[in-house]
Amino acid sequence: MIALEARPEASRALALASPALAIVLTLLASAALIAALGRDPLSALHVYFVSPFLDGYSRAEILVKATPLALMGAGLAISFRANVWNIGAAGQYTLGALAAGAVALAAPEARSALWLAPYLAAGVAGGMLWAAAPALLRTRFGANEILVSLMLTYVAGLLLDWLVRGPWRSPLSFGFPQSRDFAEAFVLPVILDGTRLHVGAPAALLIAAALALLMARTLRGFSVRVIGASPRAGAFAGFGESGTVWFALLLSGGLAGLAGAIEVGAVIGKIQPDIGASAGFTAIIVAFLGRLNPLGAVLGALVLAVSVIGGENAQILLKLPKNVTGVFQGMLLFFLLACDVLIRWRVVWRRKGAA
Amino acid sequence: MEPFLISVMIAATPFLFAATGELVAERSGVLNLGLEGMMLMGAVTAFAATSATGSHLLGALAGAGAGVAMALVFAVLAISLMANQAATGLALTIFGIGASGLVGQPFIGQPLDSLAKLPVWDATALTRVITGHDPMTYLALAMAGGVAWFLYRTRAGLALRAVGDSHGSAHALGLPVTATRYAAVLFGGAMAGLGGAYISIAYTPMWGENMTAGRGWIALALVVFATWRPGRLVAGAYLFAAVTQAQFYGQALAIPSQFLAMAPYLATIAALVVISRDKALTRANAPACLGRPFRPDR
Repeated sequence: MIALEARPEASRALALASPALAIVLTLLASAALIAALGRDPLSALHVYFVSPFLDGYSRAEILVKATPLALMGAGLAISFRANVWNIGAAGQYTLGALAAGAVALAAPEARSALWLAPYLAAGVAGGMLWAAAPALLRTRFGANEILVSLMLTYVAGLLLDWLVRGPWRSPLSFGFPQSRDFAEAFVLPVILDGTRLHVGAPAALLIAAALALLMARTLRGFSVRVIGASPRAGAFAGFGESGTVWFALLLSGGLAGLAGAIEVGAVIGKIQPDIGASAGFTAIIVAFLGRLNPLGAVLGALVLAVSVIGGENAQILLKLPKNVTGVFQGMLLFFLLACDVLIRWRVVWRRKGAA
Repeated sequence: MEPFLISVMIAATPFLFAATGELVAERSGVLNLGLEGMMLMGAVTAFAATSATGSHLLGALAGAGAGVAMALVFAVLAISLMANQAATGLALTIFGIGASGLVGQPFIGQPLDSLAKLPVWDATALTRVITGHDPMTYLALAMAGGVAWFLYRTRAGLALRAVGDSHGSAHALGLPVTATRYAAVLFGGAMAGLGGAYISIAYTPMWGENMTAGRGWIALALVVFATWRPGRLVAGAYLFAAVTQAQFYGQALAIPSQFLAMAPYLATIAALVVISRDKALTRANAPACLGRPFRPDR
């Protein structure tokens, strides 16, 4: 029978190969799913995973979609590494967008690019505020941060809904629930003419690189890794657990808030009922695909961004339902978790009875 | 007051199903965060089966079956392959949201007859509140009672609690740790499926994307709130249901509906804080091996 045997040491090679293996398995399972929906799997996979690369505009769109995913994925990678389960990034993203939006709507005549500083700072603060609640409730009262951060995501969604239908609804929107367009100052500069690629993309890469450095080279990074691996060992080393909880939540929340501010500023240009907050859940997969490493999360964000754009293309070209993308993403995480078993365990054949 | 209490009886049912199942899984030491995904799959499958066969019984069974199928994926990954339970549960929810939306697309906007209600015993206010509901309302209560009896009055229930409290000792005593956890997780899946089915074929007989609206997550909080004890879980389910229903009575107060809709989520946070701050209470009752994978050393 098949059995698992512990490896003497976790395999570094398989830790890197596991995401690739998981992607291949997801492609195979997706092909089967599309065939089951009565479509030609090869042409559908072509639309999903090749069509986003075919022209310059689409290639730039991959980077546009990857930007918020990379920012949030990098933050979540560190949080998960610390064993702090912030799954409310979607809510922190929304709050970041709303706090930044409040700045933008308060300055309808803004022209100077200097306005971006308070705008982005408000986004970070909004995300941090929303993440501070689970941090406070966990460190003070021991309340589970998974449930608190998730509940606050629903609250954030309702707050957004109230604002766009109530106080922030534009008088020029013909009753549609959306705010006024932001002034020009809040639209992040485009860096590639003819596309929507904006400065947020290289900024996200820089931030991820800085975070990778922080994790690898600083005492804070070391303490996060120790506490995540073993809170007891962390306590003996003198690293406080609550400090780590605060750090992980404020960092991942702040980055999610920044992602929200960047997305509504650069891509949407106003506050509307759907501001793409579901990327906060996709970012969980991004973090795992990137091996809980901030730079890995950038790669993970690119992979997921391709699938998101491919999914939009498939919706238009093949009339495939948009939920197919969600199924792909869920399967990807399943396969990834299954493949990760190989990092610590070896699969061996053992005859029954022989132990 | 009577209409309010009647609506609370109904609204508590999905919480009762899902949280009772999760309580059993957690008591065996497995934390399944995929409740929301399992409920959604249960809801869409039950709706599809009911509208295909016209039988609510078959629909509910199909919903339970869908929950079991989802739970099996979780069990293979989290129990056999020792994957991180939190991550696996999240994957289950992400997958369930996508897959239920995909399967449910043809059913959006379709009508369905609600599950028939039993006759009301119109003697007193109390009988009018507690009688006259559909059979699933009573099944949920019976299941919670059955689980309480099982956990505290049977040998198998004692074994299940032992597995959750110390899987090493349980294994040394010859108890089947892996098989017990599989059974507990699959039971949890069936119950989550029934909870979802109740929403789509009885509570609001229709299918809509994400129609469980976070009830799976609230049910997870309910298990913590109940400190893993079935009796407190029943009380908690009615309390949470009362909070969800109270929002519909707040509309007269000229508060924007969005703020009223926040009430269940904020109340969940408040409930978690109240229970979690009492360390002695949670530590005495929480299964000691909750979330820890087990692999027997030969």
